[in-house]
Amino acid sequence: MRPAEPAPAVRVEVERLALEGRTLMEGLVLDLPAGRTTCLLGPSGVGKSTLLRLTAGLLPGAVRSASDGLPLDGRIAWMAQSDLLLPWLTVEDNLLLGFRLRGARGGEFARARERAGELLARVGLAERAHALPHQLSGGMRQRAALARTLVEDRPIVLMDEPFSALDAITRHRLQDLAAELLGGRTVLLVTHSPLEALRLGHEVRVLDGAPARLGPPLRPPGSPPRTADPALLALEARLLEELAGAPRPTLEAAA
Amino acid sequence: MKMTRLRPILIALGLLAAWQTLTWATGVPPYILPDPLRVARALWGRFDLIAAHAATTALEILLGLVLGTLLGATSALLLAASKRARDWVLPVLVVSQALPVFALAPLLVLWLGYGLPSKVAMAVLIIYFPVTAAFFDGLRRTPEGWLELARVMDARPAAILWRIRVPAALPAFASGLRVAAAVAPIGAVVGEWVGSSSGLGYLMLHANARMQTDLLFASLFVLCLMALLLWYAVDRLLRRLVAWPSEPLHPA
Repeated sequence: MRPAEPAPAVRVEVERLALEGRTLMEGLVLDLPAGRTTCLLGPSGVGKSTLLRLTAGLLPGAVRSASDGLPLDGRIAWMAQSDLLLPWLTVEDNLLLGFRLRGARGGEFARARERAGELLARVGLAERAHALPHQLSGGMRQRAALARTLVEDRPIVLMDEPFSALDAITRHRLQDLAAELLGGRTVLLVTHSPLEALRLGHEVRVLDGAPARLGPPLRPPGSPPRTADPALLALEARLLEELAGAPRPTLEAAA
Repeated sequence: MKMTRLRPILIALGLLAAWQTLTWATGVPPYILPDPLRVARALWGRFDLIAAHAATTALEILLGLVLGTLLGATSALLLAASKRARDWVLPVLVVSQALPVFALAPLLVLWLGYGLPSKVAMAVLIIYFPVTAAFFDGLRRTPEGWLELARVMDARPAAILWRIRVPAALPAFASGLRVAAAVAPIGAVVGEWVGSSSGLGYLMLHANARMQTDLLFASLFVLCLMALLLWYAVDRLLRRLVAWPSEPLHPA
């Protein structure tokens, strides 16, 4: 499902971000290439989610710009780790939440409903359109959340560990589905799984250190979703070692 | 399954038996403590009288509940929607709760007269705070994730209130309403005790003064029954209204 409008490249610049007196980021620039998926890896607590929230505009303190010079507001869709489905709405109504919240009516709403129906079919939930979230399994709920993110049809999609609460098999299937449905959009996907990053990202970036620094973009061969073949798994092992042995001051001093 | 259905009946029978035994063993005169049979006879023999007074009380309770709930819900919405309302009204609301509502009953009768309005006002006063506090609390505790999602979706502020914050607060509102349903009869009866010409509270007061203790107990029984019925009706209605698990599926 290609986006309705062309996806711009996005740049996020953080001059300095401090939290409780601790400098979290300083002079950091994140570039998201247009129509590509960028995966952000890094140890927990380093500020991956913070960087994503800065990009989403949920936190102040970053200068955000798009390559087409237009403002980013209204062009971003967000998917969090928890599905954030409203428990009193059916799956279909949850998909249409954004349109209801913006007060869409008439033709616009009818088109959104049609699109919601198509997306529900794509994520395999057509039969459950009128179920309430608590009647679905965790994997189904996350698929519904993915569909809701895409109903918005926004050129920029930000995903914060969207599959981390799922079992391995469900996660694998959802990754394939997401890669397929997100094609053509500028995507930032925060994850703690090197394999997920390598399977889904056109570019993989590692955020590490204090204040956090972004590593150079890693571009695995082939296009996502990549199969977990030996070459990719070897790359995963290397990334994992790098993340685990991340240079910490005390360790460095000891060596 | 069978036991859970039988249990309330068994408890009631046990209490009645204990009551009967107590009156029989102590031999207290019926004007101090009438036995259950005497109360049943009073209930049967004076049913028309009790029913007429019960109708008054029921009307007071229902009107008080409806008005108190409307007023409480409106206040909570106002507090949630406007920071100015929070800053100016919330302290007043909290201070007003330090005032014993019962102490106001004579004043209400003085101001609003012996009829229905003073009793309804009493019930409204007693219901207002639990409803407002519970609903407002629910409105304040909207899971952050839902609000952030709405922000990224460019939601209009009014839509966030009506489509997310209000439904999310319904479980809390329901707890407030359950408390209100339980205390509404107290408000009405206290109002009747202070000054009235009809109602179960009035009937009980007079029966007491004339040593018609059996009539007093019969009225009390009807009042209890009404309070229980009201509570169950409200509870059933709320269960239907809030048909989702009250905890968010994932803490956001």
